[in-house]
Amino acid sequence: MPEVLVLVDHDGEHVNKSTYELLAVARRLGDPGAVVVGTPGTATRLMESLARYGATSVHAAESKDAAEFLVTPAVDALELAVRDTSPAAVLVSATTDGREVAARLAARLGAGLLIDAVDLDSSGVVTQIVFGGSYTVRSQVTHGIPVITVRPGAFEPEEHPGEAVERTITLPVVDPATSARVTDRRTAPAGDRPGLTEATVVVSGGRGVGGADGFELVEQLADALGGAVGASRAAVDAGYYPHRFQVGQTGKTVSPQLYIALGISGAIQHLAGMQTSKTIVAVNKDPEAPILDLADYGVVGDLFAVAPQLTREVAARRAVG
Amino acid sequence: MNIVVLVKQVPDSGAERTLSRTDHTLDRAGAELVLDEINERAAEEALRLKETADAHITVVSMGPDSALDAIRKVLAMGADRGIHICDDRLHGADLLTTAKVLAAAVRTVADVDLVLAGDAATDGGASAVPAVVADLLALPQVTHVRQLDVDAGRVRALRETENGQTTLDAPLPALVSVTEKINEPRYPSFKGIMAAKKKPVDTVGLDDLLPDADGFLVSRTRVVEAVPRPPRAAGTRIADDGSAGRQLAAYLIAQKLV
Ligand SMILES: Cc1cc2nc3c(=O)[nH]c(=O)nc-3n(C[C@H](O)[C@H](O)[C@H](O)COP(=O)(O)OP(=O)(O)OC[C@H]3O[C@@H](n4cnc5c(N)ncnc54)[C@H](O)[C@@H]3O)c2cc1C
Repeated sequence: MPEVLVLVDHDGEHVNKSTYELLAVARRLGDPGAVVVGTPGTATRLMESLARYGATSVHAAESKDAAEFLVTPAVDALELAVRDTSPAAVLVSATTDGREVAARLAARLGAGLLIDAVDLDSSGVVTQIVFGGSYTVRSQVTHGIPVITVRPGAFEPEEHPGEAVERTITLPVVDPATSARVTDRRTAPAGDRPGLTEATVVVSGGRGVGGADGFELVEQLADALGGAVGASRAAVDAGYYPHRFQVGQTGKTVSPQLYIALGISGAIQHLAGMQTSKTIVAVNKDPEAPILDLADYGVVGDLFAVAPQLTREVAARRAVG
Repeated sequence: MNIVVLVKQVPDSGAERTLSRTDHTLDRAGAELVLDEINERAAEEALRLKETADAHITVVSMGPDSALDAIRKVLAMGADRGIHICDDRLHGADLLTTAKVLAAAVRTVADVDLVLAGDAATDGGASAVPAVVADLLALPQVTHVRQLDVDAGRVRALRETENGQTTLDAPLPALVSVTEKINEPRYPSFKGIMAAKKKPVDTVGLDDLLPDADGFLVSRTRVVEAVPRPPRAAGTRIADDGSAGRQLAAYLIAQKLV
């Protein structure tokens, strides 16, 4: 079986869930080879977890520079790993960094790039949902080794314990004239909530929430449901909630089991980021709000009355078990 | 300082977008085309740099004849000259081909210090063209920037992604892509619009930019099938009579969502 290379997302100590998803889907095409880019010692720390989720080899691309420069070390590592292994495909999580790494890699390989896969079959045909959920497209790479970015949350991680062999990739020294140096990192506090794109429940607030204080109500409902918090662009631009939580065309695309929109009108650019959600609930005081036209359950009412009542009901239900 | 701004014309994101039945590319015929909003912010950032330093701004756009409107708009905002890459053979170009052509156009500008672009196009895609242009031009990639500082031959920038914020530092020349939160773009003034009509715009094609592009590939991927997804329909709707929160909870419980 050919190898399928997977770029490992990690924080130095732990492998991100999205990588386990990639390892699971990689097995449809070949033997998963995990590429770890990090400071010396990282691959050894992650080895066991990667092997448990199906990696048959772990390529360690380690250097002091690896964490200090943006994107380039990962591109270099994957390029070298591809030349070593001639893989059937390279899979990368469709995060902001992941997309940039994948695109630069595809450019260096002169290979086809497919983005945001939500499904992938054993012949390498990828399913994508484009234009904010208006089309389902199936595509194929016609030139070179397929480089594919996979939407976090689109696949389930699967334990598949085995032995993984460790290989070493010698990273070139980064040329500071051609790479940006990361001089400071303010990692978003992970908190107790699931990641926006991975969550099975997302509760989003819009301009109707009225302010940063109002977002406490959104957070309380999200917490009662074990979900993530999202926001419309109007809410982000008004400073109610940070940018990284923006849902929509120029924000994140989410596809949870349950999406609850509080005080969001339902502009086409917002819908583009959430309309593939399984169930959509909207609370809006305007009966004409477009979001109500696609909600599976729409409440015409004041969110400041409805949301706290819902939170209490859900919390009570959870308490009972 | 020489600045190149990469801009793109896109179908208005407020309108419905359709795929052409024949080749599954974006159907531009029916859509109203506008200068992509985030690109306007890249142009605005270039213009702000020009206010504090001696700068010459070249705006580059790849696209059909209509892309000239996008170029004229940035010239009206205050850019100095335009390069319009227009070639039928580029219809349906993939990310790599697009980036190659844009990189080749940047190379035609002498002594470039800074390449600026929007960090995403609202007509979809990987948001990675700027990263690939940086790779092809061997420039530091300073992407997804919400705050930019160019001084003493260096770029310092605040990058914002789902993982949080990072501070980046790179020497010039560099490539910077900006997020939609970086600034509020100015409106072209009447004077600017009039002046833009006289500013030079070069129209170039594939043969000018990639003269020995043997085996030129428009795309390295193929759409096997494109199926429109059925629109969603409204389900239950209630007006709050004081018990909507409870009714909603009952619905979620019945749906096994709680
Ligand atoms: C290029 C481009 C890209 C864009 N990208 C995005 C994007 O990624 N994400 C995004 O969200 N938008 C995006 N937008 C913006 C989008 O067009 C809308 O402006 C935005 O989504 C509106 O946000 P909103 O629904 O919160 O605000 P509004 O449209 O102002 O709606 C607020 C709603 O709250 C309701 N409301 C008010 N008070 C209450 C109350 N007490 N109880 C219940 N309901 C109440 C009102 O009836 C109203 O329907 C983009 C726009 C452009 C042009």
